[in-house]
Parts: sequence; C-alpha cells; structure tokens
Amino acid sequence: MENLGYLFAAFTIVWAVIFGYVFSLSRRQRHLWRELDSLKETMRGKGQD
Amino acid sequence: MKERGVMRSNSLLGLSFLLMVAALYLVFVYVPTEKEMGIVQRIFYLMVPMGWLALLSFLIVFIGSILYLRKRESRWDILAHSSAEVGIVFTTLALITGAIWAKPIWGVWWTWEPRLTATLVLWLIYLAYLMVRSFATEESRGARFAAVVGIIGFIDIPIVALATTLWRGMHPGAVIFEGGLAPSMLLTLLVSIAAFTALYFCLLGRRIGLREVEAEIKKLSQD
Repeated sequence: MENLGYLFAAFTIVWAVIFGYVFSLSRRQRHLWRELDSLKETMRGKGQD
Repeated sequence: MKERGVMRSNSLLGLSFLLMVAALYLVFVYVPTEKEMGIVQRIFYLMVPMGWLALLSFLIVFIGSILYLRKRESRWDILAHSSAEVGIVFTTLALITGAIWAKPIWGVWWTWEPRLTATLVLWLIYLAYLMVRSFATEESRGARFAAVVGIIGFIDIPIVALATTLWRGMHPGAVIFEGGLAPSMLLTLLVSIAAFTALYFCLLGRRIGLREVEAEIKKLSQD
C-alpha cells in the first residue's frame, strides 16, 4: 500500500477538476438563459409599444 | 429536433456513467497490482485516457478550424472553440496526473523529457488559442485568428505521439501498441478510455449548446 496517497491525490484531483468544470458550465448556462429571457421580454415589450 | 438532442445527450451521459462505474471497478478491484511500481501504477488508467482526450480534442479543433476557414460557417468555429476549451481541461489533467505518477517513480514532479515538454507546449498553444478568442475585439476576426492557431498548433500532436520513438527519454516506449500490456490491464485501459471519451462528448455537447445560446443572444441584441 506504499504510495497510496499519490493514487488518492490523482483520482481526487481529476474528479474535482471535472466536477468544477461541469459546475462552471451549469452556472454559465443559467446566466445565459436568464439573459436570453430578459432580452426576449424586452423585445416583446418593444413590440407592444 | 431540440428534444432529440436532449435525449441523445442524456443517453450519452447515462452511457458515460455506466462505463465510468465499470472502469472504477476494473481499476480498483479487477486489475492486478503491477509488480515493479506497485499500486501507484493504477494512475496509468487515468493518465492515458487524459492524454488520449488531449489529442482527440485538438484533432477536432484542427478539423473544425480547417472547415471554418474554408466554409466560413459559424458552426465549425463553435465546434473548434468548444473542443479547445474541453481539451485544455483534459490536457491540464494529463499533465497533473503525469506529475503525480512521476514523483514516486522518477523521484521528481517534472522533468524536461521529450513527451512531457511536447505536451506542455501543446497546452500552451491551446491556451494561446483561447486567449486569441477572448481578446479579439471583433468576433469573426478572433475566429479567423484562432482557426490559424488551431491549425498550426496541430503540428505538435504528432510530436507528442511520436516523442518516445523519435527521442530517447524517460517515458516508456509504445507498450500499449506493441503488446506489452497484460490482457486484464489492456481491458481496464480500454474501458477507462471509452468512459472518459463518452464524458468528453457529453461536455463538448454542453459547451456547444452554451455557444449556441451566446450566438442567439448576440443576434437578438443586434436586431
């Protein structure tokens, strides 16, 4: 079981980075959807004027 | 059309999850511990898929960049840009897992060995690709410049792949292709590669989806 710490570190870092990236994609997606919705709302408002 | 895309994305995610569970079982339960390196050799089943995905993603950047310069259709630029971003994540992980493996085996975290150096150069090239994109004041200009970087940068891919054959370094030779792996190790490696490749396509699909929404917002803002 020598060097178990290195193995643990490798797997932890890989999954932390992948989950971090997935989280950042989800955050960007939420932000973009909000922006798109508000833009559509503004355009609808302009269309009614 | 959109529903079919979501269904495809969910099936790919499901496949990726199943393959990942199988890969973890094979890595930690099934495959025997290598005699010389011991338990730390299991990092191999992480590092090789990361390296493979670094090459695959930049091959897609290369193809997308050529098609964008030829056809000037934004979908090719979106594909190349998205693949470069996902690719840099996997190249970073290939470098990190390589360093973690190198420390107990070679006694150092990093050495200027041909394959490691070529991989670091690859990482820097694609970092430059992403920086060209983010610093460009005009979208189409940034896409054109980035496509040129994406094509020229691809020259480094065969150098990374053939580094151990062309120059004598500390890296072992082509053990995978020359039958140097025991069948159980080869099976574990192949399942791990398949699992991470499925994950790569999931992430690529999500990143492309984001770029499409960005493009829609830009279009609506200009109207």
